[in-house]
Amino acid sequence: MRELLKKLSEAYGPSGREQQMGQLISDEVRPYVDEVFTDAMGNLYAVKRGRGAKVMVAAHMDEIGIIITYIEEKGFLRFSNIGGVSPYVLLGQKVVFGNGTVGTVGMEKLEDIKKLAFDKMYLDIGAANREEAAAKVRIGDIATYLQELTFNGNRAIGKAMDNRAGCAVLLQTIKELGQTENEVYAVFTAQEEVGLRGSRTSSYRLNPDLGLAVDVTLVGDTPEPAVAMDVYLGKGPAVKIKDASVICHPRLKELLLDLAGKENIPCQLEVLLTGGTDAGAIHLTKEGIPSGVISIPCRYVHTPGEMVDLTDMENAVRLLNAFLSMPLKMQEIFPCYLT
Amino acid sequence: MLLKRLSEAYGVSGDEGEVRDILSEELVGHGELRTDTIGNLFVHKNTGRQPRVMLAAHMDEVGLIVVGHEKSGLLRVHKVGSIDDRVLVSKPVVVGKNRVPGVIGAKPIHLQKPEERKKAINIENLFVDLGARSQDEAEKLAKIGDYVAFKAGTREIGENCLVGKAFDNRAGCAILAEVLKEDYALDLTGVFTVQEEIGLRGSGVAAYSVYPDFALVIETTSASDVPGTKEAGHVTKLGAGPALTLMDSSFIAPQQVVDLLVQTAEKHAIPYQFRRLTTAATDAGKISQTHAGILTAVVSVPCRYIHSPASILSLSDWQNTLRLVRAILNSIAEGGLPVCGNY
Amino acid sequence: MEVKRFLRDICQAPGISGYEHHVAQVVKAAFCRYANEVRQDRLGNVVFYKKGAGEDGQRPRLLLAAHMDEIGLMVTKIEEGGFPRFAAVGGIDPRTIVAQEVILYGRETLAGVIGVKPPHLTDEEERGKGHKIEDLYLDLALPEEQVRKLVTPGDLAVIRREALQLAGGAMSAKALDDRAGIAVLLCCLDELERLHHAADIYAVATVQEEVGVRGAAVATYGVVPDVGIAVDVTHGEMPGVPEHDTSAIGKGPVITLGPNIHPKISAELIRLAKEYRLPYQLDTAPGVTGTDARAIQVTRGGIPTGLVSVPLRYMHTSVELAETEDIKLAGRLLALFIAALDTAYVEGLTCF
Repeated sequence: MRELLKKLSEAYGPSGREQQMGQLISDEVRPYVDEVFTDAMGNLYAVKRGRGAKVMVAAHMDEIGIIITYIEEKGFLRFSNIGGVSPYVLLGQKVVFGNGTVGTVGMEKLEDIKKLAFDKMYLDIGAANREEAAAKVRIGDIATYLQELTFNGNRAIGKAMDNRAGCAVLLQTIKELGQTENEVYAVFTAQEEVGLRGSRTSSYRLNPDLGLAVDVTLVGDTPEPAVAMDVYLGKGPAVKIKDASVICHPRLKELLLDLAGKENIPCQLEVLLTGGTDAGAIHLTKEGIPSGVISIPCRYVHTPGEMVDLTDMENAVRLLNAFLSMPLKMQEIFPCYLT
Repeated sequence: MLLKRLSEAYGVSGDEGEVRDILSEELVGHGELRTDTIGNLFVHKNTGRQPRVMLAAHMDEVGLIVVGHEKSGLLRVHKVGSIDDRVLVSKPVVVGKNRVPGVIGAKPIHLQKPEERKKAINIENLFVDLGARSQDEAEKLAKIGDYVAFKAGTREIGENCLVGKAFDNRAGCAILAEVLKEDYALDLTGVFTVQEEIGLRGSGVAAYSVYPDFALVIETTSASDVPGTKEAGHVTKLGAGPALTLMDSSFIAPQQVVDLLVQTAEKHAIPYQFRRLTTAATDAGKISQTHAGILTAVVSVPCRYIHSPASILSLSDWQNTLRLVRAILNSIAEGGLPVCGNY
Repeated sequence: MEVKRFLRDICQAPGISGYEHHVAQVVKAAFCRYANEVRQDRLGNVVFYKKGAGEDGQRPRLLLAAHMDEIGLMVTKIEEGGFPRFAAVGGIDPRTIVAQEVILYGRETLAGVIGVKPPHLTDEEERGKGHKIEDLYLDLALPEEQVRKLVTPGDLAVIRREALQLAGGAMSAKALDDRAGIAVLLCCLDELERLHHAADIYAVATVQEEVGVRGAAVATYGVVPDVGIAVDVTHGEMPGVPEHDTSAIGKGPVITLGPNIHPKISAELIRLAKEYRLPYQLDTAPGVTGTDARAIQVTRGGIPTGLVSVPLRYMHTSVELAETEDIKLAGRLLALFIAALDTAYVEGLTCF
């Protein structure tokens, strides 16, 4: 799990430019599934065929980043954000483009730091002038945080744990998944960070019986957290009850909790006030798809120092595996009452 | 000139009939025409060829809607679409199907306190005045639910430019109409969409029924190359050619699609620029997310002062945007669609 | 069919967005006698199908939608001392829930209070500030270990409020938004027993409207109607709110105009109201409405949509107030619309 997580975290894949990530994941997963394919949005599908219930498990492979909108005469680059990037977190950070070009984020003079915004910031790739800069990057190129993944015992610290940790869990699950009746679609989605876009179209295409997302969630165990959350690093994966994009199907939630209890997998319950996940798009597809989320607790989300616990990830794999292995009889789980 | 006729026609989001009628008349004989239940106008040519391409341009403009009558005979209104309150004051308007003339007045400067003068006048303090002397008279002239549009008058200005209302997006509609009069070796559906300004409402349902292989949205976008804005914040420049969208708040253009647009422009020596704003949504957002996803691109005519009654565009930009759209269609007809996402 | 009794029962039934099973039972019990078929979809929308009298191919498909979910509170964490913290499900003004009793549905149904500091312990500055939801908590008057045994994050709570009969036909209760709409549907189906209708009717009690019109989107996708009408509540007039933004209580149902509504549907509703001398009011929505109509209109290839509303004061508080006569009139207006619905009318909806 460590090497897999390191590879995924350090790879480049901002929303809308996920090709490198897709290639990486495709190479990893291909030996374990019946088919791998993609679509125009850049989603990567890996399917283990089966005759039972059709389950879609989504883990988004994109990360937040910054997009170049203008190259100044003196070689400095102006940018805008892709996804939830905080200007304060960005300040002074090293970022990297798809072609390996590295730069630092600087800011103009500002009387009141509270007014910090992207139009007062710029990216410096060390170019002396516009021509030199344009030789390395183009308008429209996207940069992400540049960060190595490091381990501290069971804790991993790096960029893009949101959602490479989820991708790692899904990948590992697929690798370990034995025989199952269910037809399992592992979908590594694109453009989640800018509005759940990849999951919206991929779930429309698949129209599964059930949907699950694997993503990170916030925790409440740091000093004076902004939001009081009952989720803690190291206490196991969280079964999501609700976030701003979805109220997880109660039956599916119960199923996951019962399973965790039966298999002795530590787990927590999560209510997230702001923020959404791929399940938000999946559950509203066509005639509605019962959906849930298995969350990986994560500190410092959307910074280059995101922190997850490897035991939480391993337990998430166990839970997801147990779920995908069990015979999912739709009529039993979701009886539709008739007079 | 079609662009002038279209920009002077009235079509606030939800009330696009007049624009739709002009376009239907203009395009009869150029394909199969139909209207759907939300008001989108479809023109379909060359059914059965490959690939299947959809072009979209929204017909609606921002405006106001009547929500009440005051005892004094003044009308209460709400905004339809996004308008900066500050552009409303002191403008002539037309109300309802009968285009009853009115004005949006404001307290004269003589009657204002000095602190008042510094603040923007917001919509709660703005009324439409039809000249009615009583509520009864006002109710005869305008009903609740009547749409209110900025009064029109498109004219030439400066060097090869036009000034007028609703260039967003009659400029796009005019381009689409020209293209639909021509022939391309592909299955082409042109859709004049409705209600873009209030949430991209028409484009999603249009894309649902057409489900093309590729969609090109023809829009109008801000040009802010004016005093008070640094060059990096110009969004686009008037005269620098059609603007290509890399990203807006609803949509990220796939790299291969951007490459196709750039290569096509360069091959045909069409000047172009990148739209430097990544916010504000367009029909592309809904179209690209319809069904299992649709490959989409956006090209825009740069325009100063959009969402106001006095916008300015450059006719050479408009021409070049038209040339670019034609070139893109030909490029696709010859070389097929860009291939995306192959692992 | 006793509207007041039905409202009293259904407003009491808990059914917070995402967890509508209890109120769904009440709806099913009341509606099933009017329906040929009943089904529940995967998100919990309940669809009552009533066949029309038209020939095959001459039965327009009409969708009626009223949402059965209500706003409420969800436990997020249990504070030291056994005081559950909570978040809102749907839009709640935290200032309206202080000093209220609640019913908390944990492992057991528990009584609780959202308490506030007594005035003696506050100063004037504090009293001038509205309460924020992060600062509130439930007091169950139980020791912490008991609370931790009986209550878990995700548990739901509603304000404890019995329906109150006020002067005339006015009624105040929690969740009239949109149980009043459900009552309208019931009245409509009841009226239709005495009318001939060619159209097939799909009356849907939708879920999760309060968190983003989610149920209506998937329900409409499944029904694929020719026409869809949402029934919801709209703001009743009161001091401090501009008159043009509200409707009067007791002056009849409200017909909405605007881009979210097909002009021929609002025109037809107005025409019928005039013809049958039903009191009605008009309301304008300059953009999307805050109702299921917003989802219905843009489903699949687009659905011509209408919206009929019951005027309601104090929306999203536990003392929502409406006039039962408005509810009955709305039901009658819809029944007349449905009775008049034919294929020719539906075909005319692509002409503007």
